[in-house]
Amino acid sequence: MRAFFVRRVAFALVLVACASSAAFVLTRAAPGDVTTQLGAFPRPEEVAATRARFGLDRPVAAQWLAWAGRALRFDFGESFLYNRPVTGVLLPAALNTALLAAVALVVATAGGLAMGVVSGSRAGGVSAVIRAVSAVCVSLPPLLTSLIFVFLAARTGWLPAGGMTSAGAGDLTWGRWLLDVAWHVPLPALALALPIAATFERLQSQAMTEVVGEPFVRAARARGVSDLHLIWRHAWPVSLRPICAVLGVAIGALLSGSFVVEYVTTWPGLGRLMYEALRARDIYLVAGCAAMGSLFLACGTLVGDLLLAVVDPRVRDEARS
Amino acid sequence: MRRAGVVVLSLVALAAAAASWLAPNPPQRGFPDLVNAPPTRVRVWDGGPRTPFIYRQRLVSRLERTFANDTAQPIPLRWFDGGVLVTADPETGAPLLLFGADGYGRDIFARLVHGARLTLALALLATLGATALGAVVGSVSGYAGGRTDLLLSRLTEFVLVLPAIYVVLALRAALPLVVPPRTVFLSLAGIFVLLGWPTVARGVRAIVASERARDYVSAAEALGARPRRVLFQHLLPAARGHLVTQATLLLPAFILAEATMSYIGLGFPEATPTWGTMLQEAANAALLGDAPWALAPAGAIFLVVLGVNLAVQVRPRPPVDPQVQLDR
Repeated sequence: MRAFFVRRVAFALVLVACASSAAFVLTRAAPGDVTTQLGAFPRPEEVAATRARFGLDRPVAAQWLAWAGRALRFDFGESFLYNRPVTGVLLPAALNTALLAAVALVVATAGGLAMGVVSGSRAGGVSAVIRAVSAVCVSLPPLLTSLIFVFLAARTGWLPAGGMTSAGAGDLTWGRWLLDVAWHVPLPALALALPIAATFERLQSQAMTEVVGEPFVRAARARGVSDLHLIWRHAWPVSLRPICAVLGVAIGALLSGSFVVEYVTTWPGLGRLMYEALRARDIYLVAGCAAMGSLFLACGTLVGDLLLAVVDPRVRDEARS
Repeated sequence: MRRAGVVVLSLVALAAAAASWLAPNPPQRGFPDLVNAPPTRVRVWDGGPRTPFIYRQRLVSRLERTFANDTAQPIPLRWFDGGVLVTADPETGAPLLLFGADGYGRDIFARLVHGARLTLALALLATLGATALGAVVGSVSGYAGGRTDLLLSRLTEFVLVLPAIYVVLALRAALPLVVPPRTVFLSLAGIFVLLGWPTVARGVRAIVASERARDYVSAAEALGARPRRVLFQHLLPAARGHLVTQATLLLPAFILAEATMSYIGLGFPEATPTWGTMLQEAANAALLGDAPWALAPAGAIFLVVLGVNLAVQVRPRPPVDPQVQLDR
């Protein structure tokens, strides 16, 4: 188990290093740089001074080496766009994305699995409705759900249509600020969760249908185990394996989806930050965002694998050997 | 259900192919007095039944975006006129707007069917490219084995775990921000191919590696078939089902990718009709909570994704009631 864990962490570190370096080099190679922010008619010495200040006057390799050396000490350089250290800009945005993704994941898992167990274990009207709804939702990617939800919110006024806080939220006390955020979370989180919940429902439904046909379920029933107990205590844990197998992929989908949702609902997260940084050619910030994004993804796959090992003893044994 | 999916996809493809025949108005043409106008209702009753006609929409308030029907003068629809299935009278300012008009007064229906061309062509091209690249890499990896296999497999896994949307963004941003549509088309297709092939390659590799050990491959080799012939004549056909499934899964993903990129302003320029650029208009309308017809491109994307999901889905056997099964 430990070797497995170490290998995965090492892979995650390589991924983070490669992704951020690639983003760094790509953005540096792109036409245009930070000096376009100086306006239409900058003086040549101003351009030169700005380039020197951010290390843009040196060759790519030298600049990358200097950046990588500092990054090893958790100093990711200074953002051109915000005039602040990248870490200071990156961390709040990453936390916002993590909040959104975590709420969406919990909602999607709880909702999707519960619906899947119901639709997979019994035939009838309820299951048919669940299956029809999930067939529609699985075809509604976050780009569409967030647009539709924003439209509905703007039309009905039931929920705020965008942002993470109301205007002037900075003056609120802690408790009220939390309430304000909680008021803004449901719309983007639901937009993000809906397609993933539908995917979970389908997988769970399929897995449940297979497990319910197994002899051990029949045996438990013969012993007089009640319906509810049979489904939730006997059959459900066994059917969890395929769900955990796709959890890593689902977390990846969550990250991709959160970019779109953040853009549509103006949620101040990692995706928006990366987009702004790319447009402004803010090299260090782009690299930081890429590092953080791949870190999230690596953590997600790791969690998925660990959960798989928890529910499936065979994986555990394989990892041990 | 599978048939329903195929029907939906075929209809969308037909609409895209026949775009210039179906669209009542040119997609670029804006009607300045019909900004955000609602869909024109086609009527067949004017005191008594008569051939389909429309009423002219008259602007009441530009600020509140309200329109009224000019009921005094019914305008008959013209069929098969000027190489177009059906149109009204765009010259006098009474165009047929089946899905309403966008923020520039352009016909949303016309832009939708014309936009389907670019969006679908891009997605199809990228799908073909990604499937072909994946098939080649996967089969070489599975057939060669050894060090080549290890190297290619690691590469596949690496691309697979990259955060796709960030990579697309970074690669697209490596180009100038404003480029002509042709360059956008080719560069987006290239980027999508670069990110889409690994899922295909992984499956093909597994299939080729397992098929390779079968007797018919040894037989072919014993008959003197060269590796290339064994690979493409004997082994790759075994992966055909996988290739088709993966291609149908990549297609909606690429449609969405185009929509996302154009929507955030890193894809096609605004004037070019694609489903992605139309989503910008849709988002403006959504934020104001009016003009629901501007969400039409979202509906089109949903239709295609739904069609693909229906066409390829392998739904499990209908769930069996445990009661029924256990009592049998």
